[in-house]
Amino acid sequence: MRSDRSQSAPLGLKIAAACGLLFLHLPLLLIFVYAFTTEEKSYQWPPPGLTTQWFAATWNRPDVWQALSLSVQVAAISTAIALVLGTLCAAAVSQTRFFGRETISLLVILPIALPGIITGIALRAAFNLAEIPFSFWTIVLGHATFCVVVVYNNAVARFRRTSGSLIEASMDLGADGFQTFRHVILPNIGTALLAGGMLAFALSFDEVIVTTFTAGQQQTLPIWMLEELVRPRQRPVTNVVAMVVVLVTLLPILAAYYLTRDGDQIAGAGK
Amino acid sequence: MTLTATHPAVPAILPPRGGLFGSLSDTLWRNPKLLLFLMLTPPLLWLGVVYLGALFALLLQSFFSIDEYSGLIDCRFTLKTYGELLQAANVDIIVRTVTMAAAVTVASAVVAFPIAYFAARYARGKWKVLFYLGVMLPLWSSYLVKIYAWKLILAKEGILTWLLAKLHLLGLLDAWLSLPVVGGNSLSVSFTGTFIVFVYVWLPFMILPIQAALERVPGNLVEASSDLGASPGQTFRNVLLPLALPGVVAGSIFTFSLTLGDYIIPQIIGTSRLFIGQAVYAHQGTAGNIPLAAAFTVVPIVVMGFYLWMARRMGAFDAL
Repeated sequence: MRSDRSQSAPLGLKIAAACGLLFLHLPLLLIFVYAFTTEEKSYQWPPPGLTTQWFAATWNRPDVWQALSLSVQVAAISTAIALVLGTLCAAAVSQTRFFGRETISLLVILPIALPGIITGIALRAAFNLAEIPFSFWTIVLGHATFCVVVVYNNAVARFRRTSGSLIEASMDLGADGFQTFRHVILPNIGTALLAGGMLAFALSFDEVIVTTFTAGQQQTLPIWMLEELVRPRQRPVTNVVAMVVVLVTLLPILAAYYLTRDGDQIAGAGK
Repeated sequence: MTLTATHPAVPAILPPRGGLFGSLSDTLWRNPKLLLFLMLTPPLLWLGVVYLGALFALLLQSFFSIDEYSGLIDCRFTLKTYGELLQAANVDIIVRTVTMAAAVTVASAVVAFPIAYFAARYARGKWKVLFYLGVMLPLWSSYLVKIYAWKLILAKEGILTWLLAKLHLLGLLDAWLSLPVVGGNSLSVSFTGTFIVFVYVWLPFMILPIQAALERVPGNLVEASSDLGASPGQTFRNVLLPLALPGVVAGSIFTFSLTLGDYIIPQIIGTSRLFIGQAVYAHQGTAGNIPLAAAFTVVPIVVMGFYLWMARRMGAFDAL
């Protein structure tokens, strides 16, 4: 019998795979229904009625806006730092051979490979020892540390596919190092950096474990949500915020996918 | 950028560039080591000094002890804190966490395998994209929102109870909840609930490496196996599973490590019995016992170190 690639899967496998995907997605869809429920005091299902009043109520909440704006600022600055550090590291590791190269890859991955609580408590202990007061910048410091790896992964994958002879050709044709960087290297790695940056932004925007250790009185949006999860006070507002967060994180992921899809790398595989 | 220049001493054919940038560019081209040094210094300063420094500071503190009367930290070298770690209550916490991590890892592998296998072998074109995004979206969705969704589902008045009532299966749920260890008042305050949420949240981390490993298994191996008379079960056991194992091990690194260190999921959905992460959080926070908290964090580091060493021997890193 000839091997036929387009043969269809056994029924059992199809059902198992479909159930797995449903298991992954139904809980997220449920959030959307709960955002419209009229029930305030419990998580009752099915919802007794549907309403859109909670969207207006959430819109008028200053604490939600403050948390959101802090999260966006932290994510933006952490992403910027991670972009610079991650690209430098990726360029050095992928373009050259030097002693300790493997160690550097390991060092970059370590903040993600170790449980977040270790990164968090280690930074907190270090801040305490150095008597650095907790502030906006201590949050950024923590976030940038684990965002580097996402940028690094994307950039390394792209550098591997970028031919070194392009750079040599540019230099042979008389461009100096900076011109080569601007006109040859940057256009080649641009979309990978954009994708890595967006994923880093999403990672930072969502981070809660490290943040609980490195934040003082400031509330990022995840910390705000955590408070609500531990001590539910405004369930309807939390429902709406949860739904908006799902929608907002969806966009960078879809965009990152379309930017890197014709490559061989998996954009977010190293979260 | 390319640093493979072999003879930096060979005179340049072109005259040196003028201006600050020009001469800087020339210098870097002639001294690839200098360029490498400049590129590596900022990330290494950040990760090496800030991150590794913080880790060492933490490990150092696990060798300090806390004075029981004053509550102050005594900065002299001692193993007393590690002695405390071996008390029955703390060993309980460690055993509970490692057991949960192992159970979550096995369950994720079982649920992930069919998805990964279908995506790697049968999904083509549009379906391939669908499967890819279908795993990526939950992976990158907000961690807290995912936990929140399960709080809604597992609540006593929630959708799961409602569904089981419609199916006349409530008796089954009650029977399960009356079991000694895994049961509880309701699913959202039982180990079963904690377990389900862990599996849900870490599942994408298991699917991706298994899929990557399975993509590399040629389809004709499976066909050859069945042509030679193996049943689907035999093919799975003797051909597919050994080839996919590095992927499973790579995925298990994530599920195992993430479960070991998590303190938010068991805090929100689970019993009042602690996991390692919660113990660390409690000791460093209200109790102010940083040395014991630090000693606790050494447990996941050691467990993961051992696990990574085993995984490396099984060749799991090729599948990452």
